[in-house]
Amino acid sequence: MNLALAPETLARWQFGITTVYHFLFVPLTISLAAITAGLQTAWVRTDKEKYFHATKFWGKLFLINIAMGVVTGLVQEFQFGMNWSDYSRFVGDVFGAPLAMEALLAFFFESTFIGLWIFGWDKLPKKIHCACIWIVAVGTVLSSYFILAANSWMQHPVGYTVDKATGKAQLTDIWAVLTQNTTMVVVLHTLTAAFLTGGAFVVGIASFHLWRAKRKQLKGEEPGEKQRKQIPAMLTSLRVGLVVAVIAGLGTAVSGDELGKVMFEQQPMKMAAAEALWETQSPAPFSVFAVGDVGKGHNSVEIEIPGLLSFLAHNNFSDAVPGINDIAAREAAAYGGEPEDYIPSIFMTFWGFRLMIGFGMTSFVAALIGLWTTRRKLWLAPEYRAAEGEIPRLMLTRTREMGPFLTMWSWRIGILTMGFPLIANSFGWIFTEMGRQPWAVYGLMKTGDAVSPGVSQGEVLTSMAVFTALYAVLAVVEVKLLVKYAKAGPDTDEKPPAKDPRLRFPSGGAGAGGAAEDADKPMTFAY
Amino acid sequence: MHLHDFWFLLIAVLWTGYFFLEGFDFGIGVLTRTLARDRTERRVLINTIGPVWDGNEVWLITAAGATFAAFPDWYATLFSGFYLPLLAVLVCLIVRGVAFEYRHKRPEERWQRNWENAIFWCSLLPAFLWGAVFANVLRGVPVGPDKNYTGDVLDLMSPYALLGGLFTLVLFTFHGAVFAALKTTGDIRHRARAHAARHGLAAAVLAVAFLAWTQAAYGNGRSLPATVVAVLALLAALALNRSGREGWAFALSGVTVAAAFATVFLALFPDVLPSSSDPAWSLTVTNAASSPYTLGIMTWVAGFATPLIIGYQAWTYWVFRKRIGTQHIPAAH
Repeated sequence: MNLALAPETLARWQFGITTVYHFLFVPLTISLAAITAGLQTAWVRTDKEKYFHATKFWGKLFLINIAMGVVTGLVQEFQFGMNWSDYSRFVGDVFGAPLAMEALLAFFFESTFIGLWIFGWDKLPKKIHCACIWIVAVGTVLSSYFILAANSWMQHPVGYTVDKATGKAQLTDIWAVLTQNTTMVVVLHTLTAAFLTGGAFVVGIASFHLWRAKRKQLKGEEPGEKQRKQIPAMLTSLRVGLVVAVIAGLGTAVSGDELGKVMFEQQPMKMAAAEALWETQSPAPFSVFAVGDVGKGHNSVEIEIPGLLSFLAHNNFSDAVPGINDIAAREAAAYGGEPEDYIPSIFMTFWGFRLMIGFGMTSFVAALIGLWTTRRKLWLAPEYRAAEGEIPRLMLTRTREMGPFLTMWSWRIGILTMGFPLIANSFGWIFTEMGRQPWAVYGLMKTGDAVSPGVSQGEVLTSMAVFTALYAVLAVVEVKLLVKYAKAGPDTDEKPPAKDPRLRFPSGGAGAGGAAEDADKPMTFAY
Repeated sequence: MHLHDFWFLLIAVLWTGYFFLEGFDFGIGVLTRTLARDRTERRVLINTIGPVWDGNEVWLITAAGATFAAFPDWYATLFSGFYLPLLAVLVCLIVRGVAFEYRHKRPEERWQRNWENAIFWCSLLPAFLWGAVFANVLRGVPVGPDKNYTGDVLDLMSPYALLGGLFTLVLFTFHGAVFAALKTTGDIRHRARAHAARHGLAAAVLAVAFLAWTQAAYGNGRSLPATVVAVLALLAALALNRSGREGWAFALSGVTVAAAFATVFLALFPDVLPSSSDPAWSLTVTNAASSPYTLGIMTWVAGFATPLIIGYQAWTYWVFRKRIGTQHIPAAH
């Protein structure tokens, strides 16, 4: 059989495509749920309209996004059984548990309370309605925790034995699976990255609106009525986005460093591959740029920072870091086969690792600069302080503003930065999953042994083609819709509900006359 | 009762709960074409399930996830064996979910019409496919000694399976029409009752045919009462629909769905996927189950979560208990 079209290859491509695609929506869902919840809380507490408009606006984008996240998640659950039935048989006893917990303890919350939130604006008292979006936000976080616990078990299996009679993995300690350090650090890293993604998304769209209005002002024109009204909500959003992105970006870096250390210990091959470190070295250098030759087992071009890799792995500049060739030989001796069988794609892991860090940290730095230059009071001469509702000047020092050229590019980078964490997330997953190869479950099951033996090449090819085509079409639809609603900005004509709805009278009025009058009132939100 | 027997029961409950709930969702989807006369009426129907369809669909995710955790071999053989039907179900559920959320987001006629077509077809097809899938599960499929599916897609298209698919399609449409009568007001409510009467009659004919075949070919003493309950409940639902007792009619159409699936699961037990190649190779509650340790943990989790879920989902239905008519549909979109 042609290797390029072998069921294993196709199943891997399908898993890669559908997972990376699914994970474009996941981090935005996690972070936008919480950001929307925060804005709605601000509205409920202060009654200020700008918070109401911001809640509605980000809520709308959140809903466009979560629809895709939910439906593409179905594929994730089904394809373990469809394409990876031998994997499912082998790991089901261990891996199925967190998956079922995710459904029972997280998905139900998310999906039920999202319905209450979407349709509940005129049916639920403000505070209960606001609690609904918080429950959704907590649900998204719980769900990521359970699925990452399952994934961490594939990276570093714990709390199991392999049953001698059946040859299958059997759970012996669920607590170990749910609390091992791989899970904890990965959850932290993924969640902070999700919030960096959402923060940058908010910064990007807010920057678009503010820069559009600011540009007009700089030209001496007045922004239109509609644009002017949108500014307060967008100013608030910009601050929220910047703060979230900076805190989350810092958290991503710290947890990423920690995760690196865990991986050096648990999957040394992955980290050696991430660095294209062919030979064991002490102290080991950090490679900035390398062009390797897998066949010959060394790099032909390389730029390095001496000792830094030792520091990343061990927190000192001298300890040895094992190289690819040594680890491959060791694994071949332990599990059989040739050393080459145990080397993942160095090109993908090496560059995936760099693109992940590069794009993620670019957004973090951009947000940090943005947070500083758009500050309202701190270390600013009084005449440079922005008034309430005024778009701030980009201030470098107490009295020094950015020039027109730098200002323009700062806003533009603010807009562009919203895409960067999405790229970083994708490469992060490509790196960590490809870096584990040839293993599906590290040290226990190889990917080649995990596919469905009964599924034909034609079937996998069909499903891969169908999903790729469907996902491509939906991507176009989704992005166009997002752009349309993002560009339109908040609907500032919309008024918050005049009176707080009461739970006992869903029609809105407490008195008999009010109820009759409201009985035919159109729904606030309808599909 | 062994833990694996208990988990068979629980998974049967999850699948049945899924079909009870998404059954009327699918029915509503089908009725957007046959019952609704114009766009506003279509929107009335869609909005009766608007706040709840997503929560209903999680029953599927949970049923599949619980099958994975409690009976890994069942999950593995079923999902890899029923590859193409499940692929079609997935595509439909993806498009349908997006259609609900996106349909009203643009004013263009073509945009809205396309998504409305999607809602119809992507409700109709899974309503048929799920019946065919579970009829096949009961009938048995070619499974080899290593528990792998050895047949192809043609093995899944027996007359019995096709009848099962047709039965669930019509039953769900009836269930949806009864739900529409319960949740709408005005002209559409009366027409929904008339539709329910027609679909209910067709469903009754198919129910007798499918359930009699089931009982004769695969049934046992346990499944017989469920069969009887299913048929009686369906007739009672028809009568109640006729006399305008919409709430009771819906409860009874729900009992019909539940009893029909109970028949299938009771007839199936203690197998979970019989092998038509050799009965010795069948997957059963014992040879497909997870370890008692895993089942024990999952029992605790399910015992804690399930009452909570049923509680807040019921509350959601209570919050949105008001009937919807054409006058409630905002004109904006």
